[in-house]
Amino acid sequence: MKEILSGNEAVARGAFEAGVKVASAYPGTPSTEILENIIQYREIDASWAPNEKVALEVGIGAAFGGARALVAMKHVGVNVAADPLFTLSYTGVKGGLVLVTADDPELHSSQNEQDNRNYAKFVKVPMLEPSDSQECKEFTRLALEISEQFDTPVMLRTTTRISHSKSVVTLAEPVKGLAEPRLTRDPAKYVMLPGNARIRHHFVEERLQKLIEFGETLAINRMEIRDEAIGVITAGVSYQYVREVLPAASVLKLGMVYPLPKGLIRTFAAKVKKLYVVEELDPFIEELVRGLGIEVVGKEIIPICGELTPGILRKAFASVAGVVATHESPLQIDKLPGRPPNMCPGCPHRGVFYALNRQKAFVTGDIGCYTLGFMPPLSAMDTCICMGASIGNATGITKVLSPEERKKVVAVIGDSTFLHSGITALLDMAYNKAPATVLLLDNRITAMTGRQENPASGFTLMGEETFQVDFPQLIAALGIKHVRTIDPYDLEETMLVLKEEMEREEPSVIITQRACVLIKRDGVFERGTAHGVGIELCIGCKACLKLGCPAIVWQPAEGKKGRAYIDPLLCTGCGVCAQLCKFSAIGAKHE
Amino acid sequence: MSDRITNILLVGVGGQGILLASEILSETFKLAGFDVKKSEIHGMSQRGGSVVSHVRFGKRVNSPIIREGEADILFGFELLETYRYLPLVKLGGKVVANDLQIAPPSVLIGQESYPEGLAEKIRSLFPDFLLVDGLGLATAAGNPKTANTVLLGAVSTQLDIDEKYWMAALEKMVPTKALEANKKAFQLGRTL
Repeated sequence: MKEILSGNEAVARGAFEAGVKVASAYPGTPSTEILENIIQYREIDASWAPNEKVALEVGIGAAFGGARALVAMKHVGVNVAADPLFTLSYTGVKGGLVLVTADDPELHSSQNEQDNRNYAKFVKVPMLEPSDSQECKEFTRLALEISEQFDTPVMLRTTTRISHSKSVVTLAEPVKGLAEPRLTRDPAKYVMLPGNARIRHHFVEERLQKLIEFGETLAINRMEIRDEAIGVITAGVSYQYVREVLPAASVLKLGMVYPLPKGLIRTFAAKVKKLYVVEELDPFIEELVRGLGIEVVGKEIIPICGELTPGILRKAFASVAGVVATHESPLQIDKLPGRPPNMCPGCPHRGVFYALNRQKAFVTGDIGCYTLGFMPPLSAMDTCICMGASIGNATGITKVLSPEERKKVVAVIGDSTFLHSGITALLDMAYNKAPATVLLLDNRITAMTGRQENPASGFTLMGEETFQVDFPQLIAALGIKHVRTIDPYDLEETMLVLKEEMEREEPSVIITQRACVLIKRDGVFERGTAHGVGIELCIGCKACLKLGCPAIVWQPAEGKKGRAYIDPLLCTGCGVCAQLCKFSAIGAKHE
Repeated sequence: MSDRITNILLVGVGGQGILLASEILSETFKLAGFDVKKSEIHGMSQRGGSVVSHVRFGKRVNSPIIREGEADILFGFELLETYRYLPLVKLGGKVVANDLQIAPPSVLIGQESYPEGLAEKIRSLFPDFLLVDGLGLATAAGNPKTANTVLLGAVSTQLDIDEKYWMAALEKMVPTKALEANKKAFQLGRTL
């Protein structure tokens, strides 16, 4: 049976076919759809964890219990999970454990483009890298087998072009006869006190040597000998581009990118006249090849920043016979307005950022849809580092500013991001008495990655009802005395409360509570009556345009003053723009 | 089967249903016995940003993305985005677009204006450009929500794929209650 699957769907299928029992993840582009798809296989207990560290720890527990486990995250998520990961390398596993790291070359939806192949080397665990959806499925299963065979976690690295591209996959039946999970006590292996860990470090080094040997004959490390004039070592999606641009070249396709098979690389290098490495981001393979004393061309011609494309390779290999160098189009087109993403019509964040802009707040930002508050005309974000950073950044900056200036500092963080890694930072703010203001933008969902449930939404990934985190109670328990909850659709209240709390010389939290307009579950988000602009009342002052709402369109008029128009199909009736109109031109009553 | 690969680029604005259209295309090619790959970037797609989906089919497809200047067909869901991606189309390629304008943020707030005469500009570069009144035709056929399917029908005539595969893909990908309306819209597009 053949299906067209994305890389993420294929990883989920691979987990099912490999008999995975537990899957845990925190959503993050481009990894999110792995867990969203894994729930169709009801044999697997799949859950959203509050962050990647917890997700990995859940996976470790399942593996120690003897079951196969899958943990998935985006590349920067591995930074969060790094603490357990490094020691997991020492303990090894019982049931297989695969950690999927979905990297994002080109930063399509990320704050950096770190190359997580470096983690495999740092942690001293094997890493597999598929180059299409079929391999995503097969490598997931292989990763779990290697994990059990060598007593190690195995990393599976995808990139956005693999995670989100679709290709044809042949499905198979799930494996049978895996051992039943049960408790096993083995403190020398699982209790990493110095005395035990010292011994395990030797195990890790021996395991690595065995894995190098294993890689020499592993079928997914494959020589394809064609024309011997050019040989290319490559992996992942780059393999596809090499085949496209240099169809005649010989290729060493590495399915396991760490540890690298030194003998196989030497054999391949000896077979070809000129050797290249084609890889995205860091010269990871290239440096090892150089370390073997082999002459090779890599980052001299292949860019280190951004993702590769067939066009970039064409340019890089322009001197090679048969490669058409140019990828510049002969077509000249006019300069056009850009089309960056925007907050949705009715987004509850919009009024909040309008208020922050008006208060001239210095906004330490965070990761979520609301990072779009950076964009004009809202233009109200001054920093954005990583998940949860807003609160610590605000605490730090208030420590160095004058009492007058530090009143301007406001941290903004979403509900899911706060639960991910904002809680400890808020505890620090309360404990160390930093007089900043935190805006907790509670839209009842993890919105940015496409509406995933979280501990504040009341539902699990499997769709079961569960408790909802009580934010005011949680925040009070952390030691914050001033906690106020407001409706961000009420602009006057939002402005007033923000002003008051910014003035306060003590830590405070404002919870802005309104559901994301994209939540489909009944009774969470209710669409209001679409608003309109009264032609006779609008004087064309453009005050409403300062919200940057996609439903409000400026209509210029020849020789006369233009006016605003509201698209009734897009407007959700949130009413924020109506509160900005001094001429009462906007309202639900107008058509 | 020849080794030739056909490259189709779908472009438009997040939320327009581009991903579903590219899924239907891919399914059709798979059913017709081809290797197929498609690629697009999600994440920001439902927030009104520019969206591009690459679909490639043939005997064997390597790269999931189309080389610059080698799209055989540009399938545009919005005029400005159609014009923006013309340099990715090969000379002599086919351009089919929906006659629809969606203002980008800078136009909404009155900083820039929506470019005029885009259809004429596209036609001057691609003389057999097919501009389709997707919404008008879909409304006339009884369901304004099937505008994308009318366009899909128009694109289908550019490809040598038996109609039964298109129908089978629609049956698999479109919810049952909307299937008849979409089949009708598809047939209407095929007459353009």
